[in-house]
Amino acid sequence: MKSLEELKAIREKAMKKLNVRTAGEEEIKILVGMGTCGISAGARETLTAMVEEINNRNLQNVVISQVGCLGNCFGEPIVQVNIPNQKSILYGKVTPAKGKKIIEKHILNGEILEDLIIGEAFH
Amino acid sequence: MKNSRLHMLVCGGTGCESQDSNKLVNALNLVLDKYGYKDEVEVIKTGCFGFCEKGPIIKVQPDDIFYVEVKPKDAKRIVEEHVIKGRKVEDLLYNEPVKKEKVERQHDMSFYKKQVRIALRNCGLINPENIEEYIAVDGYLALGNVLTTMTPMEVIELVKESGLRGRGGGGFPTGYKWELTYQNKNDLKFIICNADEGDPGAFMDRSILEGDPHSVLEAMAIAGYAIGAEKGYIYIRAEYPLAIHRLNIAISQARELGLLGTRLFDTDFNFDIELKYGAGAFVCGEETALINSVEGGRGEPNAKPPFPAESGLWNRPSCVNNVETFANIPPIILKGPKWFSGIGTEKSKGTKVFALAGKVNNVGLVEVPMGTKLRDIIYEIGGGVRDNLKLKAVQTGGPSGGCITEEELDIPIDYDSLKSIGSMMGSGGMIVMDEKDCMVNISKFYLEFTEEESCGKCTPCRIGNKRLHEILTKITNGEGTEEDLERLVTLGDMIKDSSLCGLGQTSPNPVLSTLKHFREEYLEHVVNKNCPAGVCKGLSKKKPVNKQ
Repeated sequence: MKSLEELKAIREKAMKKLNVRTAGEEEIKILVGMGTCGISAGARETLTAMVEEINNRNLQNVVISQVGCLGNCFGEPIVQVNIPNQKSILYGKVTPAKGKKIIEKHILNGEILEDLIIGEAFH
Repeated sequence: MKNSRLHMLVCGGTGCESQDSNKLVNALNLVLDKYGYKDEVEVIKTGCFGFCEKGPIIKVQPDDIFYVEVKPKDAKRIVEEHVIKGRKVEDLLYNEPVKKEKVERQHDMSFYKKQVRIALRNCGLINPENIEEYIAVDGYLALGNVLTTMTPMEVIELVKESGLRGRGGGGFPTGYKWELTYQNKNDLKFIICNADEGDPGAFMDRSILEGDPHSVLEAMAIAGYAIGAEKGYIYIRAEYPLAIHRLNIAISQARELGLLGTRLFDTDFNFDIELKYGAGAFVCGEETALINSVEGGRGEPNAKPPFPAESGLWNRPSCVNNVETFANIPPIILKGPKWFSGIGTEKSKGTKVFALAGKVNNVGLVEVPMGTKLRDIIYEIGGGVRDNLKLKAVQTGGPSGGCITEEELDIPIDYDSLKSIGSMMGSGGMIVMDEKDCMVNISKFYLEFTEEESCGKCTPCRIGNKRLHEILTKITNGEGTEEDLERLVTLGDMIKDSSLCGLGQTSPNPVLSTLKHFREEYLEHVVNKNCPAGVCKGLSKKKPVNKQ
């Protein structure tokens, strides 16, 4: 080890991998509904695409988590966005492309995608 | 790089490994592979979570879901339900013994709520066999900062200011110990890590070495720089094969990255570490005995002075620190001494890891701020006494410590308060006893241990402890007299006053403290020939007294 910079370079690379593990309370949470209906409507592809997008953009404060059926089976795949101290937003019919858009617009710029909203999130 | 969305942290400590956590890891990987989720989910074997009562443990992140008592056969269900469908596997969740309800998340478990994890910060979080994961959580950053921006004396002042005291038992201020070794000029000095954890029931040092070996290596290098040593030894008992295995991996990884070796961080500082195996003698936890053993001699203590700081290993200035003490060093450097001294009590700073054992619901390793009440540890973190029985006493400090009774449970515990009530911190063993435990028998157990572990060098310890044990055996066989109780006190005080090292100076403590707090029970044994707890077989012809 020659310098602190060399150590920090290793750290940056390794931190990216550990981000999922060190998730805390204060982070932005994205929930993807993975009930049977969600899966058959393509939720897994949406989830994978969104995970990829988060990794590509190197977002440290966002965690993505899968949950069971959110109850709005007509609108699958469903994605809920929980930003601390803000109202939760529930998006429906989220294709992989739309999922990436949610990250780009809502998470990064705070623009809510009104036409994708399907209803009220409860928590 | 793989973009795993889920991390499954499986406990790989000795406790969980002995319950097939290795097979569980394999099973999870097999099932994940079968369903095609290998790229989305990563299974990581971590160090100990401390919740040994309910092992093997899996924590799923980022969901913070905590599964307990997971068997290899549960792997299929976890993947099918949790990974594929996002549903929790209800029956593997932890059931709070007090509130009688299932708890999903680790943050909500009362076992973890009151804990502050500094020494155990990475146990259960990182893969101990992967140096990059340690670096990801700021590993070796403290060493880098120290070597590139601080003088040895600045490091010593910082550790002194933090108020850190030795976690192995004595509670000697760590920074001061470093300073003493620093002041003794010599061309060769040594830093030694005492990993000869000998208290029955204590396993915090083992868990740190198994779960976060790099933190100890890093701290030893920092200490080496501070005192002027280029060589470190870890004295570890051969009974800790997994800790040894992981230390060896850690040392070779650190060497590979140039974090051990020559010219660290392009400075003039060289440092390397070697392991020395001990045969597991209790007395080798005493620093002069430990040094003798490292040199290849008999593990017997020397009279002090000279202290190791003046003349230690191979008659060179040496500094011996305990594993848990070392584990505290990197965070102290990174977060500053004020952060550390802000935790704890006036004279005992930071946290202490306790090995909670005995008749308590949640057996395991807990790390709490100094000054936490014993009642909180037992009733909140520990989930109370098993089977709703009444608490009789808590034994702290192992064979050198004493018993604490119900009345003293609200005393904030630190080095000094424990001493003031006739016990001691020791290395942090904490054994909970209920009304079915016989205090005379407990003392006998500890004396049996010290009698066996006495190295035999000095007479009071070698013969005195044997006599103490004989008297206790006599009492538990129903042949004791009231005079025997006086004899225990006289002899105990004599051993404490005249023994050579810490072993003999503290070995009568279990007898003396139980005699003080439970004299009635001793009297019952010698006068009425009755063991109220119904434990002592020699007295079993009498019926136990009915409890109200």
